[in-house]
Amino acid sequence: MSDKVKVTIDGITVEVAPGTSILNAARQIGGDIVPPAMCYYSKLEGSGGKCRTCIVKVSKGSEKDPRPMPKLVASCRTAVMDGMEVMNITSPEVIEARSGVVEMLLINHPLDCPVCDQAGECDLQNLGYEHGLQKTRYEFERRTFERIDIGDKIQLHMNRCILCYRCVFTADQITNKRVHGILNRGDHSEISTYIQTAVDNDFSGNVIDVCPVGALTDKTFRFKNRVWFTKPIDAHRDCPTCSGKVTLWYKGEDVLRVTGRKDIYGEVAEFICNTCRFDKKKTADWVIEHPTHISDTSVIASNHYETLKPLPVIQPNLKLQEANRIELEKTTKF
Amino acid sequence: MEPLTNKKKVLAQKPLTFAERSYLPAIVKGMAITISHFFKKEATIRYPEVEREFSTNFRGMHSLKRDEEGRERCTACGLCALSCPAEAITMIAAERKPEEKALYREEKYASVYEINMLRCIFCGLCEEACPKEAIYLDGPIVPSDYLRKDFIYGKDKLVEAPLEVK
Repeated sequence: MSDKVKVTIDGITVEVAPGTSILNAARQIGGDIVPPAMCYYSKLEGSGGKCRTCIVKVSKGSEKDPRPMPKLVASCRTAVMDGMEVMNITSPEVIEARSGVVEMLLINHPLDCPVCDQAGECDLQNLGYEHGLQKTRYEFERRTFERIDIGDKIQLHMNRCILCYRCVFTADQITNKRVHGILNRGDHSEISTYIQTAVDNDFSGNVIDVCPVGALTDKTFRFKNRVWFTKPIDAHRDCPTCSGKVTLWYKGEDVLRVTGRKDIYGEVAEFICNTCRFDKKKTADWVIEHPTHISDTSVIASNHYETLKPLPVIQPNLKLQEANRIELEKTTKF
Repeated sequence: MEPLTNKKKVLAQKPLTFAERSYLPAIVKGMAITISHFFKKEATIRYPEVEREFSTNFRGMHSLKRDEEGRERCTACGLCALSCPAEAITMIAAERKPEEKALYREEKYASVYEINMLRCIFCGLCEEACPKEAIYLDGPIVPSDYLRKDFIYGKDKLVEAPLEVK
């Protein structure tokens, strides 16, 4: 018996190790057929199964038992079986159910995007754009909370939280001691620290990166600029506590924000420490590598060049400049 | 060479008649045309004292609107600047303080909002992009000026006057 199992997702067959989830099998294929995920985070053990955006239809259970699964299943939590056939974007049922899930996620989510610092790199915004309706059918008051400071560097907007639990898993696994969690139950659940205890850990800033929405944001970047006006550049430094591999977000000459390097699924490759994230905001602190690759479909790609010094639009012509010196001075004189 | 067609017109130079030689009839004729224009409707108007009526979809100077309570609508989301094809708009956002709640509608507001009127092409994309209905190109023609720096319009020129308290 081979140690690989065959699984077909939207007609594309792939061989994966047994025990792999459908979502990860789809990610091995890549492209459009990968189900979106709001709560699953490959770097966090135990994450997933909360948001239901990754639901897929299993039209054939396995080679031995070819019956389809009775309901749509969460692909991040369902392991593949040999000969399994999965439908994601080819099934209208899945698309419809997913837009229902998006509607549910948006029920309590405020229309804060013009104010929110996450806008432009927000998973929920992308998902809402693809699947959501333009209006809400919900007629009641949304849940509202006062915003909370978790320490002096992290801002928690509980209004925007979709309860994906990613930050809780991060605190559990990356940091030694968790000081924040989910209080209350069901509709009343909220992320909080008891009596707003400051999260005191070298890696606490990573909850900002794992948050798929704008619930946890960087206070040092708060309202500084819009994400799509800043230019991401990969850089590294010798850091004693973490790998030091980060993305710097430049506006002109200034580093406005430091984040971990995110892959195409919005997951950071390596968690970075708070010193790198919050305190090293000078170009001199970093070794610049190259501009971060940004997908063409992202709003951040506007005016983003993937070469460090883009070619000038007009070739400078010294002869011409000298001949028109007086006129040129007029234009800059005010 | 023989002409190929008979279209060639031979001009005979005749001496001027007495009426032509005196020039008077021609002067009277010319003056009549000139004077008749004095009594016609003027084609021009005395701008800027008088302004023509604009069409309803005319796009002039921008104005930043206030809501019904007189608070500024703009929340510095940057979508106008993003949509601007001429890159004429820049802004700096700031956080609203609790005592400024009557001034700004949202948590965040534009502390600096500048439009370079020399760059602006009055396409109206900023108006279309605005999610807060904060910017409209409903003003007059942008006035002329001497210095380039005076064409960078800040919030002092763009924001609508506050509501009159009755």
